[in-house]
Amino acid sequence: MNWIKQHGWKALGVFLVIHTLVEGFLGPVPRLNILHETIRNLYFHVTMWFAMMAILTVSLIKSLSYLNQFNLEQDRWAAASAKVGILLGVLGVITGSVWARFTWGDWWANDPKLNGAAITLLFYFAYQLLRSSIDDEAKRARVSAIYNIFAYVMLVVFLMIMPRMYPSLHPGQSGNPGFNQYDLDNNMRRVFYPAIIGWILLAWWMVTLEVRTRKAETNLI
Amino acid sequence: MASLSAFSIALGQTPAAEIEMADALHQNGKIYVVVAVVLIIFAGLVWYMIGIDRRLRRIENK
Repeated sequence: MNWIKQHGWKALGVFLVIHTLVEGFLGPVPRLNILHETIRNLYFHVTMWFAMMAILTVSLIKSLSYLNQFNLEQDRWAAASAKVGILLGVLGVITGSVWARFTWGDWWANDPKLNGAAITLLFYFAYQLLRSSIDDEAKRARVSAIYNIFAYVMLVVFLMIMPRMYPSLHPGQSGNPGFNQYDLDNNMRRVFYPAIIGWILLAWWMVTLEVRTRKAETNLI
Repeated sequence: MASLSAFSIALGQTPAAEIEMADALHQNGKIYVVVAVVLIIFAGLVWYMIGIDRRLRRIENK
């Protein structure tokens, strides 16, 4: 019983991702031109970004908490969440690039959404660099917490606001039907939504492992 | 069947049968090989993560 409370959510994450992997390849999908079978990438590329949003939002909240209470534990959570969030973003960009190659014909497009995603990641790479440049724990926590807020605002601007202002090739922007009522049917929704939860749970498991590792390291020193 | 195609063409839509999908892989069962490979790799990664989790717990409980 205790096992379920402690680890049940991890098992659920694993189960949901396994479900995604199986149904992702075997499940029925709409037959659409240009996309063909790549529409299944919805369960992988798009879910990476959803998971990234969730994890980076937690990172922001932890940074805000730190600035409120100055508990270094919160800074550890902020840093770990940002780290995993960056990983998810990088995977999102790589998978998106591969998808673009096979549907648009090129690995990258001079497109607001794509460039916005790249810029957002650069902001978070800078967060990592900033952290590694400060040795004093409290100072590092404070400065990076403030920067984290700034980076998150930039994320909202470059990933959500700016792409909506300009014509874009990316699905979901500027009137592209983009994976809603035209392209995403109920068969796919049945796999897509649990997939988001599964990937978020897995990502969170990685965050907890990162925090526990850092804690163990500082306890050993 | 012909009237259905004519209807679809009139609407400017490509008939479903003409859009290439991996039907062959589904029909000859090779899609299951893809799924099996992906699951095996995923199982390996999960095994690794469980291992880290266990090791950390041992360190924390000392």
